[in-house]
Amino acid sequence: MVDLGLTEEQAALVDSFGALLSKSSSPERVRAAEPEGFDPDLWRTLNDTGVVVMALPEADGGWGAQLLDLALVAEQLGRSMAAAPVIEAQVAARLLARSGGAPEAVAAVVEGRSLTTLAVHPARGGVCDLVPGGAVCDHLVALVDDELRLVALDADCRAPVANLGGAPLADVRVVGGQVLARGASARALFEAALDEWLVLTAAAVVAMAEAALELACTYAVERHAFGAAIGSFQGVAHPLADDATAIDGARLLVRKAAWTLQHRGARSRELAAMAFAFASESAAATTYDAVHVHGGYGFMLEYDVQLLYRRARGWPRVWGDVSRANDRVAQARYGRRSAAASAGGA
Amino acid sequence: MDFDWSDRAEQLRSEVRAFLDEHLTPELEERMYRSGVAHDDDFARALGARHWIAPEVPRAGFTPLDAEEVHVVTAELTRADAPMYATSTSAMVAKVIRSVGPEWMRDEVVPGVHAGEVTIALGMTEPEAGSDVAAVQTRARRVAGGWCVDGQKMFTTNGHITDHVFLLARTDPASERHRGLTTFLVPTDHPGFEAQAVFTLSGERTNIIFLDGLVLDDRWRISEPGEGWRSLMLALQDEHSAPFSPHLDRTLAAVEEWADTTDRHGVRAIDDVDVRRRLASVATSLEVAELLEARTTWLEHLGRVPVAEGPMSKLFSTEAVVHGAEELCSVVGADSLRSRLEPTSVVEGKVEHLLRFSLGTTIYAGTSEIQRNIIAQHRCGLPR
Repeated sequence: MVDLGLTEEQAALVDSFGALLSKSSSPERVRAAEPEGFDPDLWRTLNDTGVVVMALPEADGGWGAQLLDLALVAEQLGRSMAAAPVIEAQVAARLLARSGGAPEAVAAVVEGRSLTTLAVHPARGGVCDLVPGGAVCDHLVALVDDELRLVALDADCRAPVANLGGAPLADVRVVGGQVLARGASARALFEAALDEWLVLTAAAVVAMAEAALELACTYAVERHAFGAAIGSFQGVAHPLADDATAIDGARLLVRKAAWTLQHRGARSRELAAMAFAFASESAAATTYDAVHVHGGYGFMLEYDVQLLYRRARGWPRVWGDVSRANDRVAQARYGRRSAAASAGGA
Repeated sequence: MDFDWSDRAEQLRSEVRAFLDEHLTPELEERMYRSGVAHDDDFARALGARHWIAPEVPRAGFTPLDAEEVHVVTAELTRADAPMYATSTSAMVAKVIRSVGPEWMRDEVVPGVHAGEVTIALGMTEPEAGSDVAAVQTRARRVAGGWCVDGQKMFTTNGHITDHVFLLARTDPASERHRGLTTFLVPTDHPGFEAQAVFTLSGERTNIIFLDGLVLDDRWRISEPGEGWRSLMLALQDEHSAPFSPHLDRTLAAVEEWADTTDRHGVRAIDDVDVRRRLASVATSLEVAELLEARTTWLEHLGRVPVAEGPMSKLFSTEAVVHGAEELCSVVGADSLRSRLEPTSVVEGKVEHLLRFSLGTTIYAGTSEIQRNIIAQHRCGLPR
C-alpha cells in the first residue's frame, strides 16, 4: 500500500539533523570553509552525533540505520551544504563492514578515529581522480586493478584540487594498502557502494535545489520591478513552478531508490542511477533559474545562491553527468552492449 | 514509506488486463482510430457491468474501490488506450448531480451513467472562454416552465453521440464572472441542438455545439440558479487526478521491444549508445511522472485535497509524454514518420500517434500554463 509519508522516527531524525546543521553549517560557516571545503569543527560535531556510526549495521557496532534514513540525513547535509565528506564516510564505512575484511578499520570508524572515504572512480594508472573527501581523509577505499583496497593516505600521495563545488577533492596516487576483496566480489562490492553513493548524493543535491528554490521564491516576493513583485510575472513564476515540480519528483524518486535498495529490490541499480540523473538535472536547472531570478545580485559572491549553484553541479559531477548516469540506467535495464557494438563504436 | 500498491490494487490490475483482452479487440481499436471517436456502447456497458465507471461510488452489491484501487484501474485502462473518455465525463457529471442535482436525476441518470448506458459530454468551454471558464456567454433565459438556451460550446468531445451535454450557462443576464451561472443537462435530441464535427491533430473528433433557442424544461436544471460555478468546481477537481503517464509507458515499452529486435547497420538498435541514453532518459521521466501521480492518489487516499500536487502531476506527466514522444521519434528515426495503420509502419505507428495525441493532453483539463500558475501560487508562495 503506497505510503509516501515519513514515520515519526524519520521526522524526528530530519528535525534533529536540520536543527544541528542550521546552527553548525550556516552559510557563514560554509563560506569560512572555502576554498578547501572542509570544516573540522563541523566534522567533529557530526561525528560525535553519530552520523557515520549510524550507517553501520548493529553487528558492527553501528546503529543499523536503513538507506532511506541516510537519504533523509543527506537531504539535510545538502540543504546546509555541509563542508564535510559525510556521505563518502558513511558509504565507505558500510563497504568496509560488508567486505568483512577489515574489522580494525571498522572499529576505527566506530570510535571516530578515522575519516575514511570512497574513491568513486576506479584507479587508472595507479591514480584515483577527484576523490571526494580525498583532500582531508586519512583512509581511502578504492578499486585498483580488480582489487578492493583500503589505503592509508598522507600528504605525499594526494594532490588537493581546487574545484567548482568547493569540495575537499584530491587526485590520489594509490600505493599498497590492505586488500579487502578480489575479482568479481571486489567489483560487486564497489558497484553496490557506488549505488549507495549515487542515491545519497542525489538526496543532497535535491535538497540543494529546494534551498535555491526557496531563496528564489523569497526574493521574487520581496523584489519589486515595474510596480509589482517580480514573482507575479509569469516569466519569473513559471520556471520556478517547473523547478518545484521537478524537485518534488526528484525527491520522490530518490526516496524510492533508497527504499528499493534497502529492500534489495530487483530495480535497485537502475533506480539509483535514475535518481542521480534526475536529481542532478533538476538541481542544475533550478539553481540556474534561482541565480537568474536574483538578477545581477545572483552573480555576486555575496549572495548565497551562488554557493548552491556551484555545489549542485560540483557534488554530483565528481562521478559523472546525466549521460553517464543514463548509461548506468541503460545497462541495468537492457544489459551490457554487445561486444560488436562496443567495438564498432555505434 | 512504501512504494508498492496494495495487493488488492495489484489483483485489480490483473482483472483489468483480462477484461481488456476480452473486450478491447483489434477491430474495435481500428474502428475507433479510423472514426476518431473513442467510444463504444458495448465496451461502456461491459465497464459498467464490472462497476468500473465511478468505482469509488457505493452501490448495491459492490464494495467501492479506494483511491489507490481507482488509480490502478484507471491507469491500466489508460495504458491500453481503452475508450473511456465518454464514460469518465459522464461519471464526472454524475458526481455533480449526486452532490447538488435534483432527486429524479440521482435516481434515473446516475445509475444509467454507472451502468455505462447513459452518456454525458462536457459543455463548458466556449469560443471565447477556454482556460477562463468563468467568461462563458451562453445564455439561458427563463421562459414559462423552463429555460431557453442560446449560445455555442467548443470541444464538446462525444457531444454528437452522447445522450446529454452538461451545460454551463449564464442565467442572470446582469451577472459577471463566477456569479449568475447555472448548470443543466441538455438532452441532445432536443430541437435547437446541433453538433458540428471538429477534427483534431490527434485524429480525434470533437464538436462545436450550437444551441439555438433550445427550450429546456426546468427539470433539466442541475444546480440552483446562480450556483453553477460551485457545481462546476466539483467536476474539475476530479479532472486533475487522471493519470497520463500510462500513455508513455505503453509507447516506451513498444519502442524498447523494437530496439531489442531491430538490426541497424549490423548492430541491434538497443546497443546504440544514443538509443540507450534516450530510452533511459524517457524511462526516468516516466518513473517521476508515475511517482507524482501516485502522490496525488496517496493524498486523496488520506482525504487531503492535492491543491498544488494535482497540478504538479498533471503538468509533469503530460509534458513528459510530449517530450518522451519527441525522444522516441528520434530513437526510431525517419521510420517513426510512418503513420498508424499504414502497412509499412514501424512500431505500429504508435510513436507518431503519441506525438500528435500528447499535445492535446497539455491543453485540455487545464493547460500547462494554468497548472504553472497554480503551482507558483500554492507550492512556491508567489503572488497572483
